Amino acid sequence: MNIPMSFYIILSLIMFFCGVYGFITRKNLIAMLMSLELILNAVNINFAVFNRFLFPGQMEGMFFTIFIIGVAAAETALAIAIIINVFRSVDKIEADELKKMKY
Amino acid sequence: MNYLEQVTYMKPEMLLLAQVVLLILLDLFSGKTIKKQFDNIACGLFIVCSVISALPANTGEAFGGMFTTTSMTQIVKVILNLGTILVFLQARVWANNEQTKHKRSEIYILTLSTLMGMNLMISAGHFLLFYLGLELASLPLTTLIAYNKYEETSIEAGAKFVLIAAFSSGMMLFGISLFYGAVGAEGLYFDSMSKLLSATPLQLLALVFFLSGLAFKISLVPFHLWTADVYQGAPTNVSAYLSVISKGAAVFALMFLTLKLFGNIFEYWQYIVAALIVLTITVGNLFAMRQTNVKRFLGFSSISQAGYIMLGMMGIGTGDPMGMTSVVFYLLVYLVSNIGIFAVVSVIENNSNKLTISDYNGLYKTNPYLSIAMMLFLFSLGGIPPFAGFFSKFFVFMSAANDGWYVLDFIALINTVISLYYYLLIVKAMFINENENPIAAIKTDGASKIGLAVCLAGTLALGVFSGVYTGLSQFAY
Repeated sequence: MNIPMSFYIILSLIMFFCGVYGFITRKNLIAMLMSLELILNAVNINFAVFNRFLFPGQMEGMFFTIFIIGVAAAETALAIAIIINVFRSVDKIEADELKKMKY
Repeated sequence: MNYLEQVTYMKPEMLLLAQVVLLILLDLFSGKTIKKQFDNIACGLFIVCSVISALPANTGEAFGGMFTTTSMTQIVKVILNLGTILVFLQARVWANNEQTKHKRSEIYILTLSTLMGMNLMISAGHFLLFYLGLELASLPLTTLIAYNKYEETSIEAGAKFVLIAAFSSGMMLFGISLFYGAVGAEGLYFDSMSKLLSATPLQLLALVFFLSGLAFKISLVPFHLWTADVYQGAPTNVSAYLSVISKGAAVFALMFLTLKLFGNIFEYWQYIVAALIVLTITVGNLFAMRQTNVKRFLGFSSISQAGYIMLGMMGIGTGDPMGMTSVVFYLLVYLVSNIGIFAVVSVIENNSNKLTISDYNGLYKTNPYLSIAMMLFLFSLGGIPPFAGFFSKFFVFMSAANDGWYVLDFIALINTVISLYYYLLIVKAMFINENENPIAAIKTDGASKIGLAVCLAGTLALGVFSGVYTGLSQFAY
């Protein structure tokens, strides 16, 4: 139990920016969705760690984490439904295929 | 205080929830005769409930500060309800076409649930409720955007929107989590956090993340790239909803957040807002000029309008009541004019399936009333004097000038002239350009006519009757 808080924060920062980088560079829609999950989980780590180390007397951060997990599941379900729809219409799930509307 | 009494503070939200549940049950269990009348039932119910929720009610804090209402939040919710009614009226034809007829009840159910999310977002007093409201506002909206599921553009717009919405809320959540680390000693209530805010570097970093997440929703440049694509691809009436109600709710949410939380450190982020405003107005205008598709054009025009709305935020940050009044008034005026334009566009699209600006050539010859209405709405958006748009722009400029932002006002003024150019391009197309075979004469359906009449009345009257503005200013603080 003597891992300092900064280790967790660095981990979550790395995860967050990996997520942002992945979201921007990945071409596959499912991979983009996975990057989004990385971002949300980085946030979850942040909340849980801040709660545990800085404000052990309250539960706000933990509650927030639980809600984020729930909403993220809904978001993913919706995104996958739409990606399936994309697959039906263009037979691929590459972001490059979504180019009917540009400029 | 007992919980039942606290629930009465949430009257608009509770009414919306009741409507959603009732409509789902009706859709599941009702017979053919009721199903045939579903549009009328849904609209009628919504109008009645909007009137009830517009009646004055207790204001204050509920659930330990989770949920706050003031007279201003109530007015703002009434404005959003009004806009949704107007969108419902114009969506009638689209809801009943071949592709969507069998699932038209979902349009009403989904729209009302997004509206409920927006209401929660506006009167949230805690970051958790704010986040949940935001997600409730954006998730059903995605399904509405991808509603025409056999049209490639609609699917594409839906995919773009769902990814961007999730990404932006991820950015925002990261900001909130940093806020929690910095000032969360007494929880994430706006009240207790605002006392602890002191503009340390960590708090400013959190603020930047949070603002950029919210700027995606308001579609400020440089977070605007999804806007035009989604507006073009989404069904026209959903674009109307997105451009006015969704954007308006995000602006109102930012407004109340600034009042409750970020106001005390406004001097540290005012230049960020100023830069966003300049970029938004200019880039929105420049891109709008070269568009050929009407919906895409309206998307860029709504980006630049968002910049003007944010001009009023400069006043809100310093606690000037005029800033708040001007923002609410601007949104009210923008709502009637923009929904009016979208109503005309959707009437034309439903009847002729034509959406490019050059298709509008010679529209005046065949459809004089529609073109005159469209012209008035465009004049109002551009800010030509007798119409409401002039007054709303005037108040926004004045509130920014009150706080000494003369350069910002000057840039915005130059941009108003540029915006006149492209708004008048459509007017020119309708009235002056010749066309061999213009769009045939259109018989507008009754519901759209009512909606257009309300929008026209608003555009003509809101500016001239000064009572609206002074009435709003009594509730600002």
